[in-house]
Amino acid sequence: MQLNHAAVGGTEDSGDVLVEVTPGQGTLELEINSKVLSQYGSSIKKTVLETLTRLNVTDAKVIVKDKGAVDQTIRARLVTAIFRAADMKENLPWGDL
Amino acid sequence: MSSKNRLRRTMMFLSTQRAGSIRDAYIYAPDSIIFDLEDAVAVSEKDSARVALYHVLKYVDYKGIERLVRINGADTPFWKEDIRASVAAGCDGIRIPKCETPYDVEIVEEQVVKAEKEFERPIGSTLLQVAIETPLGVRNAYELSMASKRIFGISIGAGDFMRSMHARRRDDGAELYAARAQLVLAARAAGVQCYDTVHIKVKDYEGLERDTQLIYDMGFDGKSVIHPSQIPIIHKVFTPTEQEIEKAQKIISKLSNEAKEGVGVFMVGDDMIDVAMLEGAKRIMALAEAAGAYKGE
Amino acid sequence: MKNKVGREIPDEFLKDGKQVFQGAFAFDKNVYHKVASKTVGVSDPNHSKVLPDLKAAIMACGLKDGMTVSFHHHFRDGDYVVCMVMQAIAELGIKDIMVCATSLGTAHDALVPLMESGVITGISSSGLRGKVGKAISDGKLKNVAYIRSHGGRAAAIASGAVHIDVAFLGAPTSDDYGNARGQGGISDCGVLSYGEVDARYADRVVIVTDTLVPFPNVPASISCSDVDYVVVVDKIGDSEKIANHTMRMTENPRELILAENAALIMKYTPYFKDGFSFQTGGGGPSLAVTRFLRPMLEEAGIKIGFTVGGCTKPMIDLLKEGFIGAIMDSQDFDFASVESVHKTPGHFEITTSEYADPFNKGAYVNRLDYVMLGALDIDVDFNVNVITGVDGVVRGAPGGHVDAAAGSKCTVVMAPLVRKGRLSSVRDRVLTVTTPGETVDIFVTEVGYAVNPGRQDLIESLKNCPLKRYTIEGLRDEAYALAGKPEDTKFEDKVVALVEYRDGTIIDVVRKPAKYVLE
Repeated sequence: MQLNHAAVGGTEDSGDVLVEVTPGQGTLELEINSKVLSQYGSSIKKTVLETLTRLNVTDAKVIVKDKGAVDQTIRARLVTAIFRAADMKENLPWGDL
Repeated sequence: MSSKNRLRRTMMFLSTQRAGSIRDAYIYAPDSIIFDLEDAVAVSEKDSARVALYHVLKYVDYKGIERLVRINGADTPFWKEDIRASVAAGCDGIRIPKCETPYDVEIVEEQVVKAEKEFERPIGSTLLQVAIETPLGVRNAYELSMASKRIFGISIGAGDFMRSMHARRRDDGAELYAARAQLVLAARAAGVQCYDTVHIKVKDYEGLERDTQLIYDMGFDGKSVIHPSQIPIIHKVFTPTEQEIEKAQKIISKLSNEAKEGVGVFMVGDDMIDVAMLEGAKRIMALAEAAGAYKGE
Repeated sequence: MKNKVGREIPDEFLKDGKQVFQGAFAFDKNVYHKVASKTVGVSDPNHSKVLPDLKAAIMACGLKDGMTVSFHHHFRDGDYVVCMVMQAIAELGIKDIMVCATSLGTAHDALVPLMESGVITGISSSGLRGKVGKAISDGKLKNVAYIRSHGGRAAAIASGAVHIDVAFLGAPTSDDYGNARGQGGISDCGVLSYGEVDARYADRVVIVTDTLVPFPNVPASISCSDVDYVVVVDKIGDSEKIANHTMRMTENPRELILAENAALIMKYTPYFKDGFSFQTGGGGPSLAVTRFLRPMLEEAGIKIGFTVGGCTKPMIDLLKEGFIGAIMDSQDFDFASVESVHKTPGHFEITTSEYADPFNKGAYVNRLDYVMLGALDIDVDFNVNVITGVDGVVRGAPGGHVDAAAGSKCTVVMAPLVRKGRLSSVRDRVLTVTTPGETVDIFVTEVGYAVNPGRQDLIESLKNCPLKRYTIEGLRDEAYALAGKPEDTKFEDKVVALVEYRDGTIIDVVRKPAKYVLE
């Protein structure tokens, strides 16, 4: 998937996560900040990587500012940021998410 | 009970943008939840709300609570994609805002069918709910109720409605007499459910109870909710009394016994009972069971 | 050595009579000698106890390096006394002091530099919140800290496990001879229950007050005959933080569901009958339970015989309206309670020893039917943690939790299944055992409850309760399904605190958290 510009999804409310996606320099770069890093750090990383793979994003910088979001929220916010970065507004591949 | 007829005493609006709340909103135990993509969401966040909706429908277990989606109106650029996301994620039904004529229902149904095919959902699995918010909509309530086989209920949304009626608020709810009366008539004639408007003043629990008692007695099936604290109050009103439960139980058991004897009409207390009463008695028992007032067989 | 709750206690701490936890009632009927203080008797009628400032009192008491001082926390987050006294001690060049507090919190952040500089090298406390807790977790205290419950502290002092050289007891009012009360001043706290055991057993006792009143200041919570000196300071605390104007009665729908569930559980247990006894904590949800009590009492036509422990306005209201027979008060949380004790008929002060000491001849907690407690988390053995956060940092307090759980016929722990920030309240294994599972009967959440398998009698009586009953493992599974299974928190080997059960045995240790590295 081609990302055109930086984009953001989510908020910094408790239980939510702010995800910032920027077109990459050739690889995937991940930065994860979380209030519950010691509890869910690995899980958050796995979820982010899985979602990027699913949407075929191989070239991006992803910054995660987590305030205790559960898995499906992390996915939703990342997906939002990716589609925004790719300027995709309609006819999204819902069945593949 | 078929899912069109399921109990819908309370239908709680929820914004999918509230990440902390949507993950376990089932704890508030409404009968239905309406995920709102319309009024609760700013224009710039419609895409985000839709993605959040998809994920919550697909990945969160709501423990049997019905999951409906209020999509944006056909006068916006969002409604078609709203339908695609909702159907793809397996929602139980779609609430169509601002319905005025059957056409408003038909165009939505068309997109729903398309989406059910595209995402391999069972055809007909997405129900529809008609939300009426204007005088014209109220006048067309019966036609709207009949506009699709998928429609399980119609509702009145008082917000702008009162202003377009040139009416003023009253404690006894007179400003909504016209709409409520038309709605419940249309619903019964069409054989669908009807739901009353939200109570905006959240902390006005007395007013909520009063309005709920009024619409319960009028025959409404339920009421929309905007805050969890409203749910127990509405459920309390929709709980049959002990006498009503006892009478209903007698009616049901006697009807089945007497039917075996070939008797069609008999007395329960001071009342004459025949088979026409059976459905009402069953409704009482369903309400009783839901309220925990009766454990069921 | 492994103890009865399966926690490994390093042998280096099992000396000088210290044993591992062997069961909640392993020391029932234990026989011991109470220690007595070294007392400077005063018969000269011209002797004056009032000293000009704290430094004068510290020197008059002969405080030296390595000694132990003690404080109470009736002034809660508004306390000035601990920091004022420790600052004065530091300025006098005295060091290596053990602070035996009843609780330390955000009012005591200023102690951290004194820990770092070696003025304070030991701490015994129930609560270790705020920066003090963090500093202990970071290993900044030279000696290992002791975390004790209120009852456990009283027992440790009475048995001599802790010897207090000088007790510095803040008092809203005192006369010039040391009769101290919790009322009548500008920073009232209601009762002085925590300080009473210090006054009886410490070698020297200093009353610190901001309001000197005429002699005799009676009925005194602390008697002048136990007091060596009196010091008057400008302010003993911030009155706005000592007692809340009004306790925040939660309007949060989730907390209300939790509270209502807890109240409903009570209704379907055998002890819910006329004259039952009851304790709640000061926390939001357990406080909210009282709101649901009144309609239940009215419907059943019964009254509460007495309540024990911390006091709040809803309790006072129930007392005044005849729903409670007596309030046995050991701490006041709000203005209404501070005002009411000793004045409202039926509202009495009891000492911490009377409330919870496991070594005396029978404390009030033993007479409790119900206690409703909060928790940081609980595990599948029903062990409760109220001390460490999920990051392993010390931030809580056992308080009277442990004592009430042991004494009460029905201990109910309540917590949201998953807190907003993805913190599961039920897990396979709590990081720190504070309250052993054998004393915990029921765990309640918004989604349902679990009963300790050892209480088949409660399972039986709860069978008509409309709430959903889970096994504790089932609740854990629900929590993990919602929030995901958490990773284990990693620790270094260094032990920073010992958690003592109320009988002085070691129930768990707290280690220094390791820095988290994301692979």
